[in-house]
Amino acid sequence: MTAKRSVSDHLHRVIAQNFRKRIFGSGRVTAALLFLPPALLLFTMFVILPVAEAGLYSFFNWNGYGSPERWINLDNYTRAINDPIFYHSLINNLLVILVSTLVQVPFALWLALLISDRSRASVVFRAIFFVPYILAEVVAGLIWRYLYDGDYGIVAMVYGLLGKEAPHPLAEQGWATAALLLVVVWKYFGFHMALFIAGRQNIPSDIIESARIDGAGRWQLVRSIILPMMRPVIVLSLFFSILGSLQTFDVIIALTGGGPLNSSHSAVSYLYTFGIQRMRVGYGSAVGVVLFVICMLVMVLYRRLFMREKEGS
Amino acid sequence: MHRKDAFAYYRWLVLFAGAGFCLLPLWATLIGGFKSSGDLRTNAIGLPKVWVAANYASILTDDKFWHMLWNSAVITFFTVFCTLLVSSMAAFTLAHVRFAGKRWIANYLALGLTFPFPTAVLPVFIRVRDLGLLDTYWGVILPQVAFNLGFSIVLLRGFFSELPKELFEAAFMDGCSYTKMFWKITLPLSRPILATVGVLSLVGSWNSFLLPLVMINSDAIYPWPLGMMQYQGQYSTDWGRVLAFVSLTMTPAIFFYLLAQKHVIAGLTSGAVKG
Repeated sequence: MTAKRSVSDHLHRVIAQNFRKRIFGSGRVTAALLFLPPALLLFTMFVILPVAEAGLYSFFNWNGYGSPERWINLDNYTRAINDPIFYHSLINNLLVILVSTLVQVPFALWLALLISDRSRASVVFRAIFFVPYILAEVVAGLIWRYLYDGDYGIVAMVYGLLGKEAPHPLAEQGWATAALLLVVVWKYFGFHMALFIAGRQNIPSDIIESARIDGAGRWQLVRSIILPMMRPVIVLSLFFSILGSLQTFDVIIALTGGGPLNSSHSAVSYLYTFGIQRMRVGYGSAVGVVLFVICMLVMVLYRRLFMREKEGS
Repeated sequence: MHRKDAFAYYRWLVLFAGAGFCLLPLWATLIGGFKSSGDLRTNAIGLPKVWVAANYASILTDDKFWHMLWNSAVITFFTVFCTLLVSSMAAFTLAHVRFAGKRWIANYLALGLTFPFPTAVLPVFIRVRDLGLLDTYWGVILPQVAFNLGFSIVLLRGFFSELPKELFEAAFMDGCSYTKMFWKITLPLSRPILATVGVLSLVGSWNSFLLPLVMINSDAIYPWPLGMMQYQGQYSTDWGRVLAFVSLTMTPAIFFYLLAQKHVIAGLTSGAVKG
């Protein structure tokens, strides 16, 4: 009796399952047809095609109206490469990269190691150090534009206390770029610090404990256990600081506008000033392509050199 | 014991110096908005000798200011909403539906993680113009959503595919359709990751500058970063006014951060962790 019933039950279930599977199958098609196209369409229209078009437009002399017709081979590229302002803006990018990786990231790591415990004070300091990162870059730029203004702000105050006439760092070539570098450190170190704190907290505490029991001092602990174990997160943080540095823009526009005498441009602010503002679509695209190639090369090289298979993917 | 004390002093010293480095500029800005021009010249970080309310008052009573915030709010709202909707639908399909070419599509969408936006900005401008969307909210929203898709889909897909399989099998036995599974099972279970992606696109959109700068010409739909730069251009070294403006735009951001601190930090950093 029970056996018979369970067999019929089973049969019912199998039939129902097959039936559902058929509906399910059609549900599958609908899902794929409804759910994927919006993403694919938007992504293709506003990301993939534009990048490809930048490559195409870069061979034309085109102001954006009508269709691009004046094919000028590599002229845009040769002009960009021979423009000292562009060259200089790439140097500035390099400086931002150097300061980000050699000053900002170690600074963030240093602070992170001091506040990676879960004490109340550490939580408060962590919150404070992250504040500049959440502000808009234009806000950061304007704040520091004020602080650096030799007639107002902190520079003026410090020199006033010393009884000297204050300089205007943003109005002097070289100093403007140096000023920018400090703002970059101020604005972004909190991001790296947050990454490092997460990385430090991922180290199992029994490893630290046993090293301590073995008599490792504080510095020894950091050097031979904590830092090696944090390698993946350090590698990642440097990766983001390099890629981010290559795209510096908003801060520059708000802080110096690229001046004085176009000495503090980055590649992107150069692209904006000499490509977009003057509606030189072809030229701007060529600059964009150069930036694209640099980013890709850096990314591929960096991954090859520093990232193992497991990291960062 | 002695060495421990020394370390404690050193630690506090460094931490307070770091906090000063972070906060002093913000303090000088907030307080600067209350100062007269003469005061600003000699007294950058002290309290104002005479409190001037006019700078803040004139901005707060200016309709243009509120209008800018409104424009940013609209753009940000739709950017976040569309980013979450479009990317979670795609991520769900990529995580749970089996079909040919899935890997290829996933890799295609992940390309968005690596492309620098400035390279695309001129062609995006041309496209937006040809679509007749220049000087509209959508001219900013659509490209923003498109550039958010890369990281959002990677983050969401990772989370979705780790949801317990049994749930979906049970739903499947009950004859639940994929669409229903998406709305009734996946999304409600994925609040943490939706919050992460939401925060990341919210902060990015609220602060964004280059894209609206290129797409928007009329002040009527200026988002606040453009309005702020315009204001600065207008008053240039009338720092009292400019600092008041900067303070008024940065306070809501700081409040939001303090309220949702955990989500904000997790959101803004996890975008990187998955890069």
